[in-house]
Amino acid sequence: MEPVATTFFFYFLSAVAIVGGIFVILRKNPVHSALALIMTLLALAGLYLMLYAPFVAGVQIILYAGGIMVLFLFVIMLVNLERNQKEEQFNKQWIAGLLAALALGGLFVFVYVKGNVLFPAQVFKVPEGENTQQIAVVLYRDYMFAFEIASLLLLVAIIGAVVMAKKRI
Amino acid sequence: MLDYIKGYLSSDVTPGQAGNIFWAFVYIMLVFVGLSVAVICMNWLERKILAHMQVRLGPMRVGPHGLLQPIADALKLLLKEDIMPAEADKLVFWTAPFMVVITAFTVFIVVPFGPTHAVTDMNIGILFMLGVSSLGVLGIVMAGWASNSHYPLIGALRSSAQMVSYEIAMGLAVIAAVLMTSLHGTGIYGTGTATDGTGTLSMIGIVQAQLAQETWFIFKFFPLGLIAFFIFAVAMVAETNRAPFDLPEAESELTAGFHTEYSGFRWSLFFLAEYSAMIAVSSIAVTLWLGGWLRPFPNYLSGDGWDGFFSIFPGFTFFILAAIALVGTRRMPKHPYFKIQTIGLGAFAGALALIGVILLIPPVRDRIQDIYWFSAKVAAFMYMYIWYRGTFPRYRFDQLMKVGWKVLLPMGIAVLVATAIVGVF
Repeated sequence: MEPVATTFFFYFLSAVAIVGGIFVILRKNPVHSALALIMTLLALAGLYLMLYAPFVAGVQIILYAGGIMVLFLFVIMLVNLERNQKEEQFNKQWIAGLLAALALGGLFVFVYVKGNVLFPAQVFKVPEGENTQQIAVVLYRDYMFAFEIASLLLLVAIIGAVVMAKKRI
Repeated sequence: MLDYIKGYLSSDVTPGQAGNIFWAFVYIMLVFVGLSVAVICMNWLERKILAHMQVRLGPMRVGPHGLLQPIADALKLLLKEDIMPAEADKLVFWTAPFMVVITAFTVFIVVPFGPTHAVTDMNIGILFMLGVSSLGVLGIVMAGWASNSHYPLIGALRSSAQMVSYEIAMGLAVIAAVLMTSLHGTGIYGTGTATDGTGTLSMIGIVQAQLAQETWFIFKFFPLGLIAFFIFAVAMVAETNRAPFDLPEAESELTAGFHTEYSGFRWSLFFLAEYSAMIAVSSIAVTLWLGGWLRPFPNYLSGDGWDGFFSIFPGFTFFILAAIALVGTRRMPKHPYFKIQTIGLGAFAGALALIGVILLIPPVRDRIQDIYWFSAKVAAFMYMYIWYRGTFPRYRFDQLMKVGWKVLLPMGIAVLVATAIVGVF
């Protein structure tokens, strides 16, 4: 089935993602920031769907929005934040921040101007219905070694976290 | 326009795949209405069955045998004053119930009530269901936090910890079942055709794999399928916050948990979401392990005779229900005070019998079959939910965590590895 109202959904989802991202840094209340971040992540999942990557979209929802953000909220609620809210917010690294923002903005403008040359328009060949199978082939056959290394790294990180969190093992 | 509507009827895919907006809308409405009716029925059944398990009568006053009690409850909830705590976070407090209810209903887009009876079929069907239903916990956390009160906050924290823990065991069990779609097994009778080694995540595809392999996945690689199913069956009770894992709303400790501060219509949204989430996870279990819409023994007892025999089941079920209602009518007290109730119950029996007759008309009979078998299997799960609630005492929170992390998770990993090994050799 051909997608409908593609342009509308692209601009809608992008707007939701950007507005959510802005709210993440503007809100003083960390729970509100986390909820805005969830909004951004869901909009990104929608954008993945539009790129014919349903598996990535599903994983985005199940892992980021459903798993990691719940843990975020859990931690935020456990930590007492009422004091933090009343404190004055300050930023001593605004020069570095400004430079980074300008560099990123410059990159965006560059891509916008030269985009047609850098990324020639093309239609993705793999049909939508085989996205999951394609990812499986790439992950578990073509790049299996890199994938296993990454999972080993994660395991090391988990063990490290447990070692740091527990006083006596 | 009329051709557009009629054009779909001859196709053999779901309306979402056919791209037919009209029929997709009709299906969404049917699912929505059916679900609401199911929740109303569940409300009545749960109170009645629990009452009978505890040798009580349950609701008896509103309507014969309390049949109109859910409607009276719904009216009461809609008319009640809607209270919002003064110190609550208004926006989050307002959004939370909608978040819960929307996620609970959205998952039904991919639930396969039959080979063509689903709103749509996605390549990532089961992933979509798990993902969207895991978003529901966000609504619970939001509700607990926004109430700005201690009990709801504790309830929300418990809920998020519990859901995150059990989601992992649940996911492993699901992966074991998805793995079975790709592994060549020949079924319990040894007559199934081997699949080509490509698995699927699509809900309809999973059921079709069970049809092709001539076995429900609960019986495949015995006892591996059974263990995976058991892990899922425990985890799904924890995921839906039901007894014996109902710690987020444990009334003896936390009043009502995360929805303590909610009243009236907002509370009823939480209620609706909880029951439709129960139906959703039950449909996942039915699809993955119990053959979805397939009738019993679709391959072993095939042929026109057996097809005919199994196709009278839907109508017959309604006849039995009608007979029960009729017996109830006969047993109503003869006092003139009960006259209207007796007539009402008799009319109800008549309506049930009429539905039974309609379900026996051949064209209806053929189309309703798969929906009936799917609903019957889900209904068995719903009864088990009530049964658990009437039987098991509530777990302590550390026991809950221990079961999740130290029992179900290792079991899940073991089953997954064992399934892969058995399937390859």
